[in-house]
Amino acid sequence: MLRFIVRRLLQLIPTLGGLSILLFVWLQRLPGGPEYALLPDDATAEQREALRRSLGLDQPFTVQYLSFLRRIAQGDLGTSLQTGRPVLDEFFLRFPATFELAVSAMIIAVTIGLPLGYLAARRRGTALDFAAVGGSLLGICTPVFFLAFILKVIFAERLGMFPSAFRLSPGLSRTDITGFVVLDGLMTREWDVVWDALAHLVLPGLALASIPLAVITRMTRASVLEVMGEDYVRTADAKGLRRNTVRTRHVLRNALLPVVTAVGLLAGSLFAGAVLTESVFAFPGIGSFVYAATQERDYPVLTGFILLIATMYVFINLLVDISYSLLDPRVRAQ
Amino acid sequence: MPTTPSSQNPSESPETRGGGEDTVPRESTEDRVPLHRRKAAKVDRLAELMGERSDDGHGAGVWREAFRRMSRSPMAISGAVIVAVFLLVALFSPLIAPYSPTSQAWGGEVFPNRNEFVGPRAENWLGLDHLGRDMFSRMVIGARQTLMVGVVATLVGFLFGALLGGTAGACSVLGGRWGRQVDNVIMRVIDMMLALPTLLLAVTVAALVGPSLTTVMLAVGIAQVPIFARLLRGAMISQGNREYVLAARALGVRGHKIAISHILPNSMGPVIVQSTLTLATAIIDAAALSYLGLGNPDASFPEWGTMLSEAQRFLSTAPSLAVYPALGIIITALGFTLMGESLREALDPKLRN
Repeated sequence: MLRFIVRRLLQLIPTLGGLSILLFVWLQRLPGGPEYALLPDDATAEQREALRRSLGLDQPFTVQYLSFLRRIAQGDLGTSLQTGRPVLDEFFLRFPATFELAVSAMIIAVTIGLPLGYLAARRRGTALDFAAVGGSLLGICTPVFFLAFILKVIFAERLGMFPSAFRLSPGLSRTDITGFVVLDGLMTREWDVVWDALAHLVLPGLALASIPLAVITRMTRASVLEVMGEDYVRTADAKGLRRNTVRTRHVLRNALLPVVTAVGLLAGSLFAGAVLTESVFAFPGIGSFVYAATQERDYPVLTGFILLIATMYVFINLLVDISYSLLDPRVRAQ
Repeated sequence: MPTTPSSQNPSESPETRGGGEDTVPRESTEDRVPLHRRKAAKVDRLAELMGERSDDGHGAGVWREAFRRMSRSPMAISGAVIVAVFLLVALFSPLIAPYSPTSQAWGGEVFPNRNEFVGPRAENWLGLDHLGRDMFSRMVIGARQTLMVGVVATLVGFLFGALLGGTAGACSVLGGRWGRQVDNVIMRVIDMMLALPTLLLAVTVAALVGPSLTTVMLAVGIAQVPIFARLLRGAMISQGNREYVLAARALGVRGHKIAISHILPNSMGPVIVQSTLTLATAIIDAAALSYLGLGNPDASFPEWGTMLSEAQRFLSTAPSLAVYPALGIIITALGFTLMGESLREALDPKLRN
C-alpha cells in the first residue's frame, strides 16, 4: 500500500511539472499577453516596452519560467489589480465561503442524486426512470447562471422564502473563529447565525448542485443497471438470498464505487462552477472574486485561480486514486 | 482482435432480451482503467467500440444498423426533431423573421427604467425587448448566430484535436518505438489539458484576448481539443491492429498514406458522435462566457447567449426577455445531447436490448 502511494506521489512530479509549463506557456504566450491586459488599449509602444521589462518579459523563456516556478513555490501568485493585495491572501480570505457553498451543493447533489439514480435503475422504463433521465439531461443543458437567476427571482424575490444575497443577513452579530460561518455558529452555539447562514446557502447551493446532481443521478443509474446484470447478482438471487440483502450487499455496494469516485472529481469542478453561481447571489466567495476579475481583466487573479484549480484537480485525483486502491486491490497491482 | 460478427448479431442470448437490462458482463477497458478517469475512459470506450464494429460484415453496415435502432428510440427521434427544426429556422432565418432584428422600430413603447415592457401581441409574437426590437425576429436570427458559434467552436476543437490525436495515433501505430514515444508525449500533454476545467480555459483565453464572438468560439473550441484528440487517437490505434493495415504495409504502402487514406477514414465514427455532443456543450459554454462579459460586446446583433446575459438585468421585471433565449439554448442543447447520446447508445452493442 505504502509503495503504491509513494509511486503515485512520484508520478505527480512530471504531471505537475508539465502542468506548470503548459500553464506558463498558455498564459504568457497568448496573443496580446499580459501587457495588453494590464495596460489601457491606447498605451504607447514605450509604455508597453517598459512594462514588459518590469515584468521580466524581455528575459529568455527558461529564465522567465524558472522565476515563475520560484514565485509559485513561495506562494506568490502576484498582486490583485482590483484590491492591490496578494492574490493568495485574497483566496484564503474567501475560501471558507466557497467551501461552505461547495459542501452544501455536494450534500444536495448526493442526497438527491444517489436515491434517485438507484430508484430509476430499479424501476427502469417507468415514469420515474423517464423523469430522472430527462431531468438530468435537462440539468446538464441548462446554463448554470440562468438557473441561479431563476431560483433567485422565484424563491427569493417573488416568494421571499430564502434570502437572495450574501452569506448572512446584515446586522447579525457573530463570533468569527475560523471564517466558516456555520462551523463558528455551531461552536459558539449561536443558533440564529447557523440558521441564517444555512438559509443563505440553499439557493446558491441548489444552483451549483444542478450539474453534479445530474451527473450523479445518471451515473448511479447506469452503474446500478450494470451491476444488476452481473453474474454474481444472479447467483445471489438463485441462492435464495433475500432481495433486500442482494440489493444492499451485492448491488448497491458494488454500484456505488464509481459513483463515489465521481463525487470526488465533481467536488473539484464545483469551485469552477462557483464563478457562475456566486456572482448571481453576491455570495462573497472566491467565485464572485474571480467573476469580478473577468470583468476587470484582473490577470494575476485569473492566473492564480487556474493554477489553484489545476493543482486541486491533480491532488483530488491522487486522493481518489489512493482511496480507490483501498477499495479495489486490482488497481494496486497495476 | 477482430470480433466475429456472429457474436454480436441481433439474435443474442435470450437473457439479454428477456431481462431487458444491460446484462452483458463488462470486460472492457472501462473496468481496467481506474474509475476516476471516467471522462477519459468513456471517450476511449467510444473509440474502441466504433473500431470493433466497423468491419461488421453482416448485411447492414454499422451506421445503417445504428440508424435502424435510433429510428425506434423516442429519445433519438425527439432529439432529431429538435435539431431539424433548429437547423431549418437557422438556415432560413432571414425569410422567417418578419422584421429586422436590429431595428428599434418600437423604441417609443418600451421604458425599462419605468418597468414598461411590451409582451406578446399580434404584430410582435414574442413581444419587444428592452430597446423596442422585435423579440421573435431576434430569436430567429439569433438561432443562426448561435448555430454558427456552436459549429465554429466544434470545428476548432475538431480540427486541432484531430491534428493532435491523429498525429499521436499514427505515430503510435506506424512509427515503431520512436513513434510510441511521440504518442506518449502528446498524450501526456492532452491528459494535462483534460485536467484543466473547460470553462476556465475558455475564460482565460477570452479574458486575455478581449471580448468578441470570435474569442468565444475559439475559447470554447480550444477547450474541446483534448476530448477530440483522445477520441481520434483511440480509434486510430484500434484500427491500426486490423488486417487491412497489415495488408497495406505488406504491399509497401507508405506510412503516411496508410494513416491518412486507410486508417483515418475508418476512425472518424466516434469523432462524429462526439461532435454532436460538443455542439450542445459549445452552445451552453458560449452562453456562460457571454454572461461573464466575454462575449460579443456589440449586443445589437442577436445571439442567444448574448441576449440571455443582457436580459438578466430585467429578469425580475420582464422575465420573458431572458426566458426566450434561455429556452432556445436549453431546447437546442437538449436536442443535440439527445441525438448524440442515442447515437452513442445505438452504436454500443453492450447497451442493446
